[in-house]
Amino acid sequence: MSFIDIRGLKKAFGAVTVVHDFDLSIEKGEFVSFLGPSGCGKTTILRMIAGFEAASGGAIAIDGREVGHLPPAKRDVGMVFQAYALFPNMTVAQNIAFGLRIAKKSPAEIRERVAEMLAIIKLPDLADRYPWQLSGGQQQRVALARALAVRPQVLLLDEPLSALDAKIRVSLREEIRALQRELGITTIFVTHDQEEALSMSDRIVVMHEGRAAQVGTPFEVYSFPKTRFVASFVGTLNLLEAEVIDAGRLRLDGAEVAVARGLEGRAAGAAVTVALRPEAVSIGTNGEGIPGVVESVAFLGAVVRVRVRLGAQTVTLDAFNQTTVAPPKPGTAVRLVFGADDLLVLGEE
Amino acid sequence: MKRSTFGSWASVAIGAIYFLLPLLATFEFSLRMKRGVYSFEAYRIVLGDVHFQASFLYSVVLALATIIVGAIIVTPTAYWVRLKLPKLRPVVEFVTLLPLVVPAIVIVFGHLRMYNSQSLLPLTDSNFGTDVLITFGYVTLSLPYMYRSVDTALGAIDVATLTEAAESLGASRFQTLTRVIFPNIRAGLLSGAFLTFAIVIGEFTFASLLNRPAFGPYLQLVGANRAYEPAALAIIAFVVTWAALGLMQLVGAARRAVTK
Repeated sequence: MSFIDIRGLKKAFGAVTVVHDFDLSIEKGEFVSFLGPSGCGKTTILRMIAGFEAASGGAIAIDGREVGHLPPAKRDVGMVFQAYALFPNMTVAQNIAFGLRIAKKSPAEIRERVAEMLAIIKLPDLADRYPWQLSGGQQQRVALARALAVRPQVLLLDEPLSALDAKIRVSLREEIRALQRELGITTIFVTHDQEEALSMSDRIVVMHEGRAAQVGTPFEVYSFPKTRFVASFVGTLNLLEAEVIDAGRLRLDGAEVAVARGLEGRAAGAAVTVALRPEAVSIGTNGEGIPGVVESVAFLGAVVRVRVRLGAQTVTLDAFNQTTVAPPKPGTAVRLVFGADDLLVLGEE
Repeated sequence: MKRSTFGSWASVAIGAIYFLLPLLATFEFSLRMKRGVYSFEAYRIVLGDVHFQASFLYSVVLALATIIVGAIIVTPTAYWVRLKLPKLRPVVEFVTLLPLVVPAIVIVFGHLRMYNSQSLLPLTDSNFGTDVLITFGYVTLSLPYMYRSVDTALGAIDVATLTEAAESLGASRFQTLTRVIFPNIRAGLLSGAFLTFAIVIGEFTFASLLNRPAFGPYLQLVGANRAYEPAALAIIAFVVTWAALGLMQLVGAARRAVTK
């Protein structure tokens, strides 16, 4: 049995069902991200695990113990909120000590644990500051320390980086991941930022309309999206309409292209959607590839993004900026090259 | 710009004259007890009067009891409405405003009908019972002020998220209320408390009709029989009320400084 076991979880608000028969198993020490747009049900599932929302159906077990009927205080989960939720009337040290005081730990143990947590979040000198005297990043670190101080079995992070500026976000996500690895705490992270999910997680659950559209490692989710939604939500992707020729070939805007997999069982002449990552496409140099015309070129610093019109459809490709090779100019005739493995035939939604 | 500034100052001046002039006149009159010289004789007599001391002390104790009972009733209610029943907020606000619409005399007659010696709960049979009744009556009278002060303070914090944060750390609802919510709405609670104090200290209708020795009936009694002492008492009542309001401002300012 897995450490966290979610079976048939449902949530309805009146007539509107926001989570449908959600199943997920999470192993001890795993870092799992729920990734999806607003309203996809990711936060609702997290809140049901925390006990802040009652499930309309299904079961949640943590370490073999059914927790669905328990109040939040009895579930042994730590939670970090998007809005920090530090207690304004308490100092940093008092905030961290709050859960320990509730648990009636001895003053010596509380002092020791608070000092330990302050050292872990690298804010040992700010123990006596109030939340309003801290930056957003510092407040979120304190919130993390407060959640971890009571040694919960599971750590739940509800978009903890969303309110921070870009630079702090990147550094804090690395710190959170390092801390999670160090402590080995089972963690569920909710985010709508694909970069965060891809960079931090052992596994990603891509949520769509209250269901898990795909569960997999960052590599699997990014490289082999199962549905059109996953493909379009995770990373930048070209979604192209094509026609099946046979089990290994497609017709794409009049050109025949080879496909390594995904066409098994598809009838010849059937319409399919294929996904192609911009970084998997390059401009051919010796006459091979599908013909097209450069529509626009965007210089993004390290990367040059080129849009090429094939016929009825447009393909975007990303190429590393090389000082020795000038980017193509709009209107230039080019040929696009990609491997048979790079074309992903998408399943039905 | 200049014209609008002049208009503002003129409004303030007219308001100040309207409110301050009678007060200054009352103060001046209260100092004229001794013929030909200004003195605090009227104040000396009033402050030395055992009835003044007893009635004032009685009203202070009633005010404190009202504040405690009011806070115990209003804070959890306002918290629960904000947390779990936000749709009911307009209804609760309307109910808390009723004491401003229903005259105190109607409320006190209602109390007398409900709790007289012939009723199931004959609170007016004993002095203690009547004191309990008058305390609850004052809680009702101060409800619009206490509820609004507390509700506004609750609106300034993220009640739902703070509650969830406390609960995820193992706190019960009671611990959340006492350790997290109460301290964070202290300024609002104190504002409500000072307003309640100011209302109770000079209240006449309840105390008079329930025949309790409060400060309000004492003021009326002295006013009916003396000349200078009522003016001194009026000034004392003003000072007490203003002190309460001043403390409210001070607490509010201190709170704003802490949360900045």
